[in-house]
Amino acid sequence: MSACCHCTHDNWPELERGYRAMLPEPILAFIDENRQRERNESMLIATLHMVQAHFGHLGPGHLEAVAQLMQIPLAKVTGVATFYHYFRLQPRGKYLINVCLGTACYVKGAEKIAQKLTDELGIRFGETSKDGVFSLESTRCVGTCGLAPVVMIGDEVHGPLTPSQVPALLESYLARAAEDLVGESAANR
Amino acid sequence: MPLPVRDFYRSMADRIGRTLADRDLGNKILIQVGSATCEHAAGSQSVTEEFVRHIRASGRKDIVIHRTGCTGRCSREPIVGIQVAGQIPVKYERVNRDLVHRIFTEHIQGGAPVMKHVLDHTTEVLPEREFLFCEGSRCQRPGPNLRDRFIALLETRGIEPHRVHVAAASCFGVCSLSGDAPATYVLARPEKVIYRVNGEEDLLAILADHVVGGQVVERLRVQEEPIALEFLERYGDVAFFNRQSRIALRNAGVVDPESLDEYVGLDGFKALATTLERHEPEWVISELTKARLRGRGGGGFLTGTKWTLARKQVDATRFIICNGDEGDPGAFMDRSMLESDPFNIVEGMIIGGFAIGAQKGFFYIRAEYPLAIRRIQHAIDTCRANGLLGQDIMGSGFDFDLEIRLGAGAFVCGEETALIRSIEGERGQPKVRPPYPTDRGLWGHPTVINNVETFANISAILRYGGDWYARIGTEKSGGTKVFALAGKVRHTGLVEVPLGTTLSRVVNDIGGGVSGGKQLKAIQTGGPAGGFIPASMQDMEVDFEPLQKAGSIMGSGGMIVLSEDDCMVDIAKFYMAFSQEESCGKCTPCREGTTRILEILERITQGKGELADLDKLDRLSRLCQRTSLCGLGRAAPNPVLSSLKHFREEFLAHIQDKHCPAKKCVALIRYEINPEKCIGCTICDRNCPVECITGARKEAHVIDQAACIKCGNCFDVCKFAAIDRV
Repeated sequence: MSACCHCTHDNWPELERGYRAMLPEPILAFIDENRQRERNESMLIATLHMVQAHFGHLGPGHLEAVAQLMQIPLAKVTGVATFYHYFRLQPRGKYLINVCLGTACYVKGAEKIAQKLTDELGIRFGETSKDGVFSLESTRCVGTCGLAPVVMIGDEVHGPLTPSQVPALLESYLARAAEDLVGESAANR
Repeated sequence: MPLPVRDFYRSMADRIGRTLADRDLGNKILIQVGSATCEHAAGSQSVTEEFVRHIRASGRKDIVIHRTGCTGRCSREPIVGIQVAGQIPVKYERVNRDLVHRIFTEHIQGGAPVMKHVLDHTTEVLPEREFLFCEGSRCQRPGPNLRDRFIALLETRGIEPHRVHVAAASCFGVCSLSGDAPATYVLARPEKVIYRVNGEEDLLAILADHVVGGQVVERLRVQEEPIALEFLERYGDVAFFNRQSRIALRNAGVVDPESLDEYVGLDGFKALATTLERHEPEWVISELTKARLRGRGGGGFLTGTKWTLARKQVDATRFIICNGDEGDPGAFMDRSMLESDPFNIVEGMIIGGFAIGAQKGFFYIRAEYPLAIRRIQHAIDTCRANGLLGQDIMGSGFDFDLEIRLGAGAFVCGEETALIRSIEGERGQPKVRPPYPTDRGLWGHPTVINNVETFANISAILRYGGDWYARIGTEKSGGTKVFALAGKVRHTGLVEVPLGTTLSRVVNDIGGGVSGGKQLKAIQTGGPAGGFIPASMQDMEVDFEPLQKAGSIMGSGGMIVLSEDDCMVDIAKFYMAFSQEESCGKCTPCREGTTRILEILERITQGKGELADLDKLDRLSRLCQRTSLCGLGRAAPNPVLSSLKHFREEFLAHIQDKHCPAKKCVALIRYEINPEKCIGCTICDRNCPVECITGARKEAHVIDQAACIKCGNCFDVCKFAAIDRV
């Protein structure tokens, strides 16, 4: 067996250390546990869910770390991450606004709510507001059709909404974000 | 001969029975609060907190809070039930913190219900007694209507209708249980007694002994208990509920979804015990075949046949999957079942695993349903800790375990081959069938995939028998189907009715008709893969075949009511936009076909359509239908084809007259101010985002058509109906 190049030492331990430093402990434990199991690669989506839950999005570094630590080709990891709508590759604001555009909401005027939100926030769908508080996205049915039209902010569902209620709703979250900021700075002091 | 399974079940049931007896809920005042995603969204959590505070402050030990799942009465949530022993339970709608205080002080402490806020309040006084007459829409009983007769008898006796309430209910499923000829069954509340009534004599006996004398007429009483007895006991007085036949949803809104005890208290896991004790997978499959249970995910394939196919495989490594990737916009029955009665779904899966000889099962649930995931995980963990999952289940020697896998927001993953790929950790793209999953599925092994609702019916069928289930439905399909009723309907929510019930009964009798007094235009069933049923066909029976014949499908059970205000071209475009976005892109007919169809529809709603577009739509749709790889592409053109079939004139209006009859398509409408009605209040001017409305105070205003963006704000805010949409 002939060596392919000049390198003589195995650099995996260093690399692994670097990748492990990029992910928090519970996720590393999850990956390690799955590697002991059969069909490790089937846990990829679950792992990506955990990474996104922790960081809010899946950055290029996160995907590479997952690929290396799970020993799955990066191409496949990226393929999966880009296929599913639930995974976000860009960072998002503190509050994710998901406008439901499911059928029940649509027939009850979800488009007007969507229009009002883009007007109020001055951003388009898929974008994040300048202050980093809101990201605007749309979703297909959150399963609360009885309250249509609904908007999900974070994991709270609001409905039935009218366009005129939108400014006050956004205001309440802005206030909450400001409160958190005050709380954080107090904690830091 | 030792009977390990029977002993196991008995000791579990006894232990739990003692625990339940210790809780002694029957003699306490129960405050029942719904807890599911939609209930939480409506504010049920803060309502619960408020009740807790009140109970604590009152210092009373006989008042307890009982958490349940959701009943499926979405538009009236949060719903709170107050149960006092010996009285008909009272349900309140849209409860908030302020109302909690009133309910607590006036009703619970003062004994006087807050009538104004009672769910669907129809009377000012709560009845002392209630008689629900079964009125299966499908069994044609001979003779006069006994319910009308009973009402007349009460009247002649001078008994006021508000004291004794008589109502029509749906099929209880009792006659198919006893195997007798169809008869009228009557549920008497609050005694929770079922009578079999055959004629006027029996009615007179009930009147004399029960209504007047307060004694149960033992002669007429039947021993069989309808499966939904507990449900009817709690919700039987509400027309929205008593016109349903609840089997899959029987425990929704009745049990605490996180209590194994309560589930077992209602004969939970009895079907599993019977199955494991008999230890004959063939028996399970033969009951399902007798039941004519068809896949509730939409395909309508006979469950018994599917399970047989998997069972016959040589490969002994087999899997069973519960498809909880409910992606159809407007459908939420799977979420509700997973959240409200998780143990029932788990029991159905264990039985399925045993019947096909699987060692492992998977729940595939979409990540958008965090509460459903949490409750199923809790149910799995609880079952494992109680010997109902894992090694040697119930001492029967059968090993089986369950695991949850999360979806990640891809509609196509509801398709079974795509779902399998997703569980394997791949991109969820479908594969060509055959081979079908029952031959080669998950990791190449035989796999059965069924919908949540299918599993929700299994335990009921095994407890009450396949014949019983079959008799509730139609000749081709047994049992009931759950529909998620939404859109322009007065009562949105979950409706479970026997297959073969007419659309009109679901929409008008249960759903209360179109909201806002508008005209019904169409009913959309089956989500983006389904089609439209025009109002003229509302007497059609709901079943797999009739719906297909009308150009729609059963699908998973989404039912969207559309009124005269909805534009069919616009709605068809909405569904096509959905399918186009969700197309996985693997095969050309679907990827390109949906895109081009959407473009044509866009053009038509923009007023730029040509007559030739209709033929193009038709041709393209059929091509997409015939040549796409999976169900998504094959079904995607259904909304277009069925709207073309039933509402061609609306397409023609858009194309030839450049007119949108429903006044929905923005490019084809304009707003005008009627100078005779306008009083110059300036509210439209102040609400116009582009400031295209001018006029002096107290004088008629004018819209600058060139600048107007047709947002409709002025139309919505005008209090004098002075703005016309033309």
